[in-house]
Amino acid sequence: MPLFDFLKEKKSKTNDVMGSEQGILVFENTSEVIRAEGILKANGWDIRVMGPPPEIRSGCDLVIEFPLVEQLRIVRTLREAKIPPLQVVPVNSPLLKPVDLFQVKDFGQYLMVRAANMKVTIDKKSLIIVNISGGGCPDVPYLATQMVGKSLTEAPSPREIGHTICGYTLQLAYEEMRRLCSL
Amino acid sequence: MLAVVGTIPDSNFPLVTEEVTLEGSFIKIRDNLVAVNRGTAALLAAAIKTFEFLNQPLPFGYLVGDIGLGQGSRRLYKLLTQELPLRDFHTIAFHYMLPYVNRQNEVLLAVEKMAHRPVLIADAGYMYVAKMSGQASKYDLFTPDIGELAFLADEEAPHPIYTRGFILHKEDKVPELISRAYANNNAARYLLVKGSTDYIANREDILATIDSPMVDAMEPIGGTGDILTGIVAALINSGIDISQAAITAARVNRLAGYYAMPTPATQVIEIIEQIPRALAEIMNTERLFETSPAKKHIEPE
Repeated sequence: MPLFDFLKEKKSKTNDVMGSEQGILVFENTSEVIRAEGILKANGWDIRVMGPPPEIRSGCDLVIEFPLVEQLRIVRTLREAKIPPLQVVPVNSPLLKPVDLFQVKDFGQYLMVRAANMKVTIDKKSLIIVNISGGGCPDVPYLATQMVGKSLTEAPSPREIGHTICGYTLQLAYEEMRRLCSL
Repeated sequence: MLAVVGTIPDSNFPLVTEEVTLEGSFIKIRDNLVAVNRGTAALLAAAIKTFEFLNQPLPFGYLVGDIGLGQGSRRLYKLLTQELPLRDFHTIAFHYMLPYVNRQNEVLLAVEKMAHRPVLIADAGYMYVAKMSGQASKYDLFTPDIGELAFLADEEAPHPIYTRGFILHKEDKVPELISRAYANNNAARYLLVKGSTDYIANREDILATIDSPMVDAMEPIGGTGDILTGIVAALINSGIDISQAAITAARVNRLAGYYAMPTPATQVIEIIEQIPRALAEIMNTERLFETSPAKKHIEPE
């Protein structure tokens, strides 16, 4: 069975069932955004991680866009998970959307996937992560030490141990790599 | 002296400011050993290798542990704000830091209080925050890869993840992206764009391109950009002008990569070990140090 089915249809990452009334959840740090995203998606909510509007940007930021009609239940869920948002703000203008384009480079024995500024490379036969490169936030070297040398099936995901927007970007590349490997 | 500002991926690593040495595959700062695999440790290792070859003083490190939660970065921003006005560095290379726009602005104010304005290099997270803050033109050199250049070129994007799709990350678009980055004042005085072809540019023009030796396997290797920044920082600190240092560093980095005979699984320390050999060859070719008055005292190996 081929491990790399490049013709496989990409799953839609967009959410087309959201209503027109949107809000954003603002958190203390990116680590909380990543955790909240996992919890809310696991609970079946239609949410998206997006870039914050300029007036609340402080640096390396992400927010969660959600249907305002669900505010009460979503905030309650997050409180129960002990990651209540700092602010809940209605969306008045379009938000920046994270990259959903990937560059794939085949090196023969190795395969590299790049999402924006982050790259992950594996050995195609063993599925061992052989290199992680790119990025500028301090968790990138940390993620590399935790993931390089481990199999795609065993390595911790950036979502689990990353804390920044670069970690989140690496997660996108990592998910695309898993998809290409039919994992 | 060259100061290198960055983080170590260990939350228990203390805030340390001191000269940094290289011991085998570890950098050492005040009894703390850090494995050189990527990030600021790789930048420092490359700078030290370059300085050793040039018989120059060791770099001074401003290092702190941070695994992305930002506590270490915040302490380091604060220390820089307090300490830089009292220091004298020829060059400062800012590297892996969690981006905080206001804190970066405070550090720039501290730099302006220094008796002699240093050459300011920003790479990695610090390049991101320099652009986010609208202060990119206050820096002398950025060292983006193609994805990061697209981010600099996108006036709307606060991070590379938000670079809009119509600004393509394609090698043949590099000149266009450079122009766009400068048109929006989102680039440093010089750019060293690393890729299958390296570009050295300023606001006026593309000053040089370097495309050989071509080593495809360099792209996936974590830390190759860090060592390029380390080499160029060391060369600039040695008195070479920024554009020439960028050209030389790009050549040395590519040749060191070639000598390491890498695969996509190679670790960056193997390339760092080839820097002296590459420097020797490039210096012979360029006769760089015969033409640079600042280098008269240097005796190549």
